[in-house]
Amino acid sequence: MEVCNCIEPQWPADELLMKYQYISDFFIAIAYFSIPLELIYFVKKSAVFPYRWVLVQFGAFIVLCGATHLINLWTFTTHSRTVALVMTTAKVLTAVVSCATALMLVHIIPDLLSVKTRELFLKNKAAELDREMGLIRTQEETGRHVRMLTHEIRSTLDRHTILKTTLVELGRTLALEECALWMPTRTGLELQLSYTLRHQHPVEYTVPIQLPVINQVFGTSRAVKISPNSPVARLRPVSGKYMLGEVVAVRVPLLHLSNFQINDWPELSTKRYALMVLMLPSDSARQWHVHELELVEVVADQVAVALSHAAILEESMRARDLLMEQNVALDLARREAETAIRARNDFLAVMNHEMRTPMHAIIALSSLLQETELTPEQRLMVETILKSSNLLATLMNDVLDLSRLEDGSLQLELGTFNLHTLFREVLNLIKPIAVVKKLPITLNLAPDLPEFVVGDEKRLMQIILNIVGNAVKFSKQGSISVTALVTKSDTRAADFFVVPTGSHFYLRVKVKDSGAGINPQDIPKLFTKFAQTQSLATRSSGGSGLGLAISKRFVNLMEGNIWIESDGLGKGCTAIFDVKLGISERSNESKQSGIPKVPAIPRHSNFTGLKVLVMDENGVSRMVTKGLLVHLGCEVTTVSSNEECLRVVSHEHKVVFMDVCMPGVENYQIALCIHEKFTKQRHQRPLLVALSGNTDKSTKEKCMSFGLDGVLLKPVSLDNMRDVLSDLLERRVLYEGM
Amino acid sequence: MNTTVVAQLQRQFQDYIVSLYQQGFLDSQFSELRKLQDEGSPDFVSEVVSLFFDDCSKLINTMSRSLEQPDNVDFKQLDSGVHQLKGSSSSVGARRVKNVCISFKECCDVQNREGCLRCLQQVDYEYKMLKTKLQDLFNLEQQILQAGGTIPQVDIN
Repeated sequence: MEVCNCIEPQWPADELLMKYQYISDFFIAIAYFSIPLELIYFVKKSAVFPYRWVLVQFGAFIVLCGATHLINLWTFTTHSRTVALVMTTAKVLTAVVSCATALMLVHIIPDLLSVKTRELFLKNKAAELDREMGLIRTQEETGRHVRMLTHEIRSTLDRHTILKTTLVELGRTLALEECALWMPTRTGLELQLSYTLRHQHPVEYTVPIQLPVINQVFGTSRAVKISPNSPVARLRPVSGKYMLGEVVAVRVPLLHLSNFQINDWPELSTKRYALMVLMLPSDSARQWHVHELELVEVVADQVAVALSHAAILEESMRARDLLMEQNVALDLARREAETAIRARNDFLAVMNHEMRTPMHAIIALSSLLQETELTPEQRLMVETILKSSNLLATLMNDVLDLSRLEDGSLQLELGTFNLHTLFREVLNLIKPIAVVKKLPITLNLAPDLPEFVVGDEKRLMQIILNIVGNAVKFSKQGSISVTALVTKSDTRAADFFVVPTGSHFYLRVKVKDSGAGINPQDIPKLFTKFAQTQSLATRSSGGSGLGLAISKRFVNLMEGNIWIESDGLGKGCTAIFDVKLGISERSNESKQSGIPKVPAIPRHSNFTGLKVLVMDENGVSRMVTKGLLVHLGCEVTTVSSNEECLRVVSHEHKVVFMDVCMPGVENYQIALCIHEKFTKQRHQRPLLVALSGNTDKSTKEKCMSFGLDGVLLKPVSLDNMRDVLSDLLERRVLYEGM
Repeated sequence: MNTTVVAQLQRQFQDYIVSLYQQGFLDSQFSELRKLQDEGSPDFVSEVVSLFFDDCSKLINTMSRSLEQPDNVDFKQLDSGVHQLKGSSSSVGARRVKNVCISFKECCDVQNREGCLRCLQQVDYEYKMLKTKLQDLFNLEQQILQAGGTIPQVDIN
């Protein structure tokens, strides 16, 4: 027997079983070797694998297992001891590694499992986030819709467009089936269907506003889901739909202009709402989402704001139109008033003119009559006629002047006159009427009353005449007394102090009558134009009611005061007025003037030999003026131009009449030249009188500024000329227009 | 002296002159003129009046020459002519002539040539009419004087 270190297998080598084992081992080995190769290959391929050293370990384990099985192949036949040794080593190693691997796997497998769990978790999270993002996107869409809606709504200020646009845009954004707006009626008791989305011509029907569902919606500012069967949601006949879509309603506050109080804002104290009803499509199983409701609420607010803006705009447009209308009306009224005033003035002017003509006829004829042979009584009568007509002429002037009085443009015409004579003349004028009514009139002139005063004679006479005339008019019996005195201080009217200054004094005239008297309450009305007290006694007396008003204005112009005292009806009354007059320096000269009780001496009418120069470019009017002056006895020289006038004028001429009708100042220059010529000489220069077509203020001022001594209105009557010459020669100044 | 003839003539005179006043041919200024007629100047009125009519015809001629050319009408000259005429007519009391002059002046102010032409024609007509009427008046006066009567004073109404 050979002793070898071979090891005999258990079983004989060429048995079938052996063969199968041999083959299986072979394959096992191959598989064991290929597995790590695959592992390495794929791990190398993949980027992420945290457990490389596990792989190594596992690879080692598998390799060794493979080696073991490979070596096993040699043990099927007789094999040497080396092989057996190797086999044993391999097996031992394999055992070690496998145990280590097994132990290691205990740690690793839970980890691997938990990785799986985490992966699942992350997947879920990702799905959730996706969902949420979808939601956010939807919300953003909604937001965009709202902005767009708002923009649409707010881009117009027309109420109807706003509401219509709202419905259209909402319908589009939310894909609504129907959208409707109910507005409160005027009475506020009903809601009327005003706008719908689908129906072009909605049937206008109303629901009462006190329905519970409506109250519910109006009670909150949120959008409220309501039943599709409620009256506000039933907009068209149900036609076989299984399920109506959900309906939501929201209130839209209707702001009124008066709601915009600073203190109230933004709290809305309005009670008026409109109702907006939104219906989802039927049979769609869609539900109202929260974000959609929010959108609806936001839109409702925006609509409210847009409507309020539209309302404000309407208001302001209306106010502007109203103002424009008022402006136009005011303008028209103003123009009408101006036209009326102009018409009145024209009328007054025309009437005045028409009235003056007969007046002049009367005056002319009376003065002619004066020229003839008259008995003293006749002369007296004629003088009275003349005086009355002059007064009447003045009154007519004053009727025209009344309008000027009210403008304040009237001025007094001051002159020196005899106050005592004035009173006596007034009395003479009134006496006839008083005698007829059997009312004795007495005149008391205070001893310290100045005789010659400076003031507006005509108007003062008018005032006294008016007052005394009233006294006579309104007295049926009794007597009338006229008192004139100088007053030192006025104790009656507290706001009016009378201070005699220097060359002025205040004349007080009291006219007391014992007539009907006046109710103290009526006294303030007396001085109102055209107002009359309505007592029976006065109504029958007639009168236009202008007298006292005019008198009052004249008294005011004379810086005075006028008032009436009465103890009551039936107890008579006293009219008192104060006026300011100037004291004339010539109070000591005795003036030659007619004293009514004595036949008046005719005015100086003999101007024989008076040398006069007449300058007039117009031949005809030159001839007429010359004829006038020749008739009065003057010696007249005529010239027809300024140069000739300058050449001819000499110290022998006492008066120069120059025509200044042509416009321009050339005619007036001649006056200056004459002044100049005569300042160089020792002789007195002639008096210069202008003959002009008008004697208004501007003409007078012009004449005065050029050094003329007077201006006369053409055409000049005979008497005028006579008076003018007398006055001129006496006073050396004449500024009276005729 | 045939008193009835005189009285008749005087009555005729009175009626005629009153009618002239009423028809507006004359105004108060004319009566002033008549007052100036006395022994010193017995023909004062007729002298003044004939001077006036001469003036009228001269002025009207000048003014119609100014208005001939339609393009270059000298309105200034026209204005001064009208002014003269107005002054003269108011000095003698020719009321109608004066009134036409007033409208004439207005047309001049606005430089309305057609208006001016119309006014000129009217002035011409009026003064000739007045001339005829006054001629008749003076004839009546002469007749009265020749018959030995006096010219009556007239009330203006």
